[in-house]
Amino acid sequence: MRAFSYECASSIETAAKAAASTDGAKFIAGGTNLLDLMKLEIETPTHLIDVNGLGLDRIEPTPEGGLRIGALVRNTDLAADERIRRDYGLLSRALLAGASGQLRNRATTAGNLLQRTRCPYFYDTNQPCNKRQPGSGCAAIAGFSRQLGVVGVSDACIATHPGDMAVAMRALDAVIETIRADGTTRSIPIADFHRLPGKTPDIEHVLERGELITAVVLPKPMGGKHIYRKVRDRASYAFALVSVGAIVQPDGTGRIAVGGIAPKPWRDEAAEKELPRGAKAASTRLLADARPTEQNAFKITLVERMLSAVLAEARG
Amino acid sequence: MQSPGALEISRRDLLVASAATVTVAGAPSLAHSQTNTPEASTGTNVSFTVNGERLELELDNRTTLLDALREHLYLTGTKKGCDHGQCGACTVLVDGRRINACLTLAVMHEGGSITTIEGLGQPGNLHPMQAAFVEHDGFQCGYCTPGQICSSVAMLEEISANIPSHVTDDLMAPAEITAAEIRERMSGNICRCGAYSNIVEAITEVAGRKT
Ligand SMILES: Cc1cc2nc3c(=O)[nH]c(=O)nc-3n(C[C@H](O)[C@H](O)[C@H](O)COP(=O)(O)OP(=O)(O)OC[C@H]3O[C@@H](n4cnc5c(N)ncnc54)[C@H](O)[C@@H]3O)c2cc1C
Ligand code: SF4
Ligand code: FES
Ligand code: FES
Repeated sequence: MRAFSYECASSIETAAKAAASTDGAKFIAGGTNLLDLMKLEIETPTHLIDVNGLGLDRIEPTPEGGLRIGALVRNTDLAADERIRRDYGLLSRALLAGASGQLRNRATTAGNLLQRTRCPYFYDTNQPCNKRQPGSGCAAIAGFSRQLGVVGVSDACIATHPGDMAVAMRALDAVIETIRADGTTRSIPIADFHRLPGKTPDIEHVLERGELITAVVLPKPMGGKHIYRKVRDRASYAFALVSVGAIVQPDGTGRIAVGGIAPKPWRDEAAEKELPRGAKAASTRLLADARPTEQNAFKITLVERMLSAVLAEARG
Repeated sequence: MQSPGALEISRRDLLVASAATVTVAGAPSLAHSQTNTPEASTGTNVSFTVNGERLELELDNRTTLLDALREHLYLTGTKKGCDHGQCGACTVLVDGRRINACLTLAVMHEGGSITTIEGLGQPGNLHPMQAAFVEHDGFQCGYCTPGQICSSVAMLEEISANIPSHVTDDLMAPAEITAAEIRERMSGNICRCGAYSNIVEAITEVAGRKT
């Protein structure tokens, strides 16, 4: 790990300002992804701004009838919140399907959204990787790509966003609230938050330098049956091969977001229109632009079968 | 249990007391990080409580909580398995919650209260979970065991606090203590020796005594 200086931020404004004005600065929340990557010198910040003391750890009702989740609310606390369990079961389920009890006790809402890919070549600093070292090439495309993305990918990078929580947030149309270094705030719909790799897979989201996530806002409850299904190589404590987050209404309409297949939680409103016609129709539409590798083509079939299981569970 | 540990503990105390980087609370020291300017130092003074004892350390910022415990405080009960959050051997309790000590910086725990396996119980004065692991053969090589025990103690508290899990059927019903729940909630602790079934038995016994 490279040496770095450290400060505990005392207000959200000073945190954002310090992050923008200090070269090599990064925020640290739970630290469960950042420190992992710092040990491997994949992340090399020269200054860390600890945002744990900013009081962003509350879940509050919004005037619109939704909930505002502070950026520092721990995954455990979010999953266990009465209101989340009752009205946004999908989100509780997605969080509980991720990582381990220990990790969820530290991992935060903002940090979870910003966690980086688990592509094995991104982690192996001896390998070319356009995300880690722009221009060096992508070892995954002709390599071990079983875990990697099938849709939204590019010739430069086929990595996935590995997280579970973001899949639920996408199905729920959550909105990410931020503050920038100049003190202005903005709201970013989660659909627009993560970027597709294109030629610049190192740029993963739309945040500006120093921009601090302060909260994630959920719209008012939308009823329906909330389901989160995750298929992985072992029953617990493993990242998804494919995960499906769904809200299905009694009339068969619904929302579907899929994890483990793309650089961001994958959702397509046109595919959702096909839901009443069944899993095959919806997944064909959702994956119309897929370009899997030989090793991960199984994910296409898996998405359809998982959708089918989700729809059966919703009916049952 | 007989206690070959008495000697060990006093040796540890001695080491702690003589370690150059450790001072007792109240002794004059550098201020905590807030006053550090960014360009300034790559080290920070931090004070926290470990197993009930208040300590002050001057640490390189890179020091994980795990390395602070093992290398600076000589509390080597907490183990380093993977150092990347993937095994649970480093599990300790911070402010009552279980976390991976390898994926957190010591300087992030100013004012915190840390409990390690040494604080849960000692030879001759075992925590019920430690005693149950012994009784049920909940280990073979023992490397994962301190993490398993710290994790399981906090895990039962999480069930009492009605925190749900991936295998909880009904999110609105109270959390239950079943073998399936224990296995899922303990999945963050890997045991290479595969002592899992005995670990579940040990935890089940302690849970039964609690309820
Ligand atoms: C072994 C292991 C297994 C895992 N399994 C899963 C899994 O199955 N599913 C899953 O979803 N996740 C899994 N995870 C990932 C885990 O969920 C993430 O590490 C965690 O959510 C990151 O949150 P954090 O608060 O610790 O982030 P940090 O590590 O503190 O930060 C991550 C990034 O976010 C930035 N950041 C943090 N807070 C803010 C803010 N408020 N504003 C702007 N930027 C910010 C940081 O600068 C950093 O770049 C696993 C992790 C490990 C180690
Ligand atoms: S898929 Fe992306 S992250 Fe993986 S090696 Fe290629 S460029 Fe790197
Ligand atoms: S050493 Fe911390 S989880 Fe393995
Ligand atoms: S007892 Fe050997 S690793 Fe668990």
